[in-house]
Amino acid sequence: MNQTQEKAISCRELTKQFGDFVAVNKITFDVEAGEIFGFLGANGAGKTTAMRMLCGLSYPTSGQASVASFDVYKQQESIKKTIGYMSQKFSLYENLTVLENIEFFGGIYGLSDKELKLKSDELVSTLGLGPEARKLVGSLPLGWKQKLAFSVAIIHEPRIVFLDEPTGGVDPVTRRQFWDLIYAAADRGITIFVTTHYMDEAEYCNRISIMVDGKVEALDSPGNLKRQFNTDSMDDVFYQLARGAKRSAD
Amino acid sequence: MFFTSWRAGQNARPTNVAVTVMKQLVVFIRKEFYHVFRDRRTLLILFGLPTAQIMLFGYALSSEVKNISLAIVDFSKDVASQQIVGKIQSSTYFTIQQSTMSYGDMERAFLKGKIKAALVFPTDFYDDLQHVKKAQIQIITDASDPNTATTITNYLTRIVGDYQQEMNQNARVPYQIVTEMRMLYNPDMNGSLNFIPGVLALILMIVCTTLTSVSIVREKELGTMEVLLVSPFQPILVLIAKAVPYLVLSLLDFVLILVLAVFVLHMPIRGSVSLLFAESTLFIICCLSLGLMISNVTSSQQVAMLVSMMGMMLPTILFTGFIFPLENMPVPLQIIANVVPSRWYYLIVKAIMLKGLGLGAVWKETLILMGMTLALLGISLKNFKIRLA
Repeated sequence: MNQTQEKAISCRELTKQFGDFVAVNKITFDVEAGEIFGFLGANGAGKTTAMRMLCGLSYPTSGQASVASFDVYKQQESIKKTIGYMSQKFSLYENLTVLENIEFFGGIYGLSDKELKLKSDELVSTLGLGPEARKLVGSLPLGWKQKLAFSVAIIHEPRIVFLDEPTGGVDPVTRRQFWDLIYAAADRGITIFVTTHYMDEAEYCNRISIMVDGKVEALDSPGNLKRQFNTDSMDDVFYQLARGAKRSAD
Repeated sequence: MFFTSWRAGQNARPTNVAVTVMKQLVVFIRKEFYHVFRDRRTLLILFGLPTAQIMLFGYALSSEVKNISLAIVDFSKDVASQQIVGKIQSSTYFTIQQSTMSYGDMERAFLKGKIKAALVFPTDFYDDLQHVKKAQIQIITDASDPNTATTITNYLTRIVGDYQQEMNQNARVPYQIVTEMRMLYNPDMNGSLNFIPGVLALILMIVCTTLTSVSIVREKELGTMEVLLVSPFQPILVLIAKAVPYLVLSLLDFVLILVLAVFVLHMPIRGSVSLLFAESTLFIICCLSLGLMISNVTSSQQVAMLVSMMGMMLPTILFTGFIFPLENMPVPLQIIANVVPSRWYYLIVKAIMLKGLGLGAVWKETLILMGMTLALLGISLKNFKIRLA
C-alpha cells in the first residue's frame, strides 16, 4: 500500500449547477484511505449529485476533486476501474441466478475465470447461500439481495466503494448484518463512502458529513458532532442542521 | 458494419485491452440471451407475434376472392351453356348455389346475400351462337362491394373467353381477336404474395424496435444502467452488446417468417437468397438503430413498448404500400412515406422474391436504407453520450 499517504477522496469547492439551480455548492472535504465515511443530508440536499460527480457519472461545473488520486475531469475511466458502486435501486438482474450475476459483474470488471471461480465460491460461503446460488435473484428475500448487491459491488476489490442508501427498506436485523459486511470490507482496506437516512447507521461511521442545501454544514466523527451540538443523539444533530434548510425534499 | 468499424478501432490499441473488451462483450451478450430466454413476454414478441401475423395476413386477410356464391339462370339449357357451367364448376373460385331460377328468385337471393353473382343465359343463346355466331351472356354482380364485383366479373369473363377460344379451334371462323390476360409475377392472383413482403417488413420493424428499446429502457428503469455506467465497461459497448443479440434473434425471426412464407404460404423466392439475407440484415440494423433512438427518449418500459409497437405499427401499415397503394396517396403523404424505412425494404423484398431481380435493380433502395441507418445510428449514439455527461 503505497497510497497510505494519499486521500481516498479529496474535494475542493466542488460545484454542480443545473441552470440557475446550484445542486452542489462549493463542497470541500477529504476522505482518508480505509475510512468509513457517512455522507448525510435530507432528500434534495445534493448528496446524489455529489456522489455522481465522484463516480464519474457527471462532470462538475467547477471546483476540484480527485478519487484515488485520479482527477474527476480527466481520468474518469481510471476512476471507474478503481471504485465500486451500489445504487439506491436494487441493481442486480432479477432473472439471472446468483452465480450468473456474479459472473456477469465480475466479467464486466475484467476478472479472470480463475479469480471469478474463487470469488463466487467465497461469496456463496460468506453469505451462506449454498443451494440458493443457483436460484434466480428475483426469488431471494430483500435482505439477501442487498447483501449480495454489496458483495457484487466489491467483487473486483476496489479501493473505494460508493454506497447510495444501501439499506433502504431493509429490516434492522438485516441492516446490522449488512454493516458487518461493510466492516469486513473496511478491514480489508476498502474505503467506504456511504449515504444514509438512518441515524443509527451514521453512528457506525468513522466520520460523517451533513449536507444542507448543497453545502457541507458539518463534518466530524459522530462523537465530536454530538458534543459540538450539545446533544447525545445523532438525530438531534441532524435536525438542528436540517431545520435551517430552505429546499424542500424532492 | 457497425461491428467491423468498432473492431478496426480496437486493433489500434494494445492487444490485451482488445481481449478484455472482447471478454466483457461476450459476458454481456450471454447475459442478454439469458434475459430473452427467461422472459415469456420477449419470447412471445419474438416468435409468437410473427407467426400469428404471417398466418393472419397470409390466410385471413387476403384480397383474392374465393368461394363466390354464384347462381346460374339458364333459359337456354343447351350443350354450350352446360359446358360453360361445367368449366365454372371446376374452378375453385365459385360455388354454384342454384342452377335454375327466375329473375324474381335471383333478386331475392341477392338481397338476402345468398349469392354474390349470377350468370344468365338467354333462351336463344345456343341458336344465336350457332347461326349468328354471336351470342350474349349476362353477368350480374352485387356491386355493393365494388372490388369484389370487379374481380368476379373478371373471373367470369375469363372463363367464358377460355370457352370461346376452345370453340374457335374447331370452327372455321377465320379471324377473331381474343384478348389474352397474363398476370405477371403472380399468375394465380395469389393475394398473399403481395402481403408477405409487407408483413415481413412490418414484423421486423416492430420486433426489432420493440426488443431493443425495451431491453435498454429496462436497464434504465431497474437502475442497472447506472451500475453499468459506473463500471469500466464502455457506454458504446453497452449499445453494441445490446445490438448484437437482437440482431441475431431478428435474423432468426426473419428465417422463421421466410420458412413459413415459402413452405406454408407457397411464396416463391425467385432471386438470390443471400442477397435477400444481406438486405434484411441491413433493414434489421436500421430498425435496431430506431430502437436505440426510442430508448434514448423514453424512460419506462411501458412507454418504450407503446412507442415502438403502436407508434411503429400504424405508419408501417399505412406507408409501406402493401395494403394501400402509395401511388394513390396525396403527394404530402407520399413524401412522408419516403422516410418510412419499411417502404424501401418492401420494394427490395418484392423485387428479389417475386421478380427475381438482383442488386442492380435495388441499389437505390439499398442506398436509401443505408443512409437512414447511418443517420439513426448517429443520432442515437450522440444522444447516448449526452445523457452520460
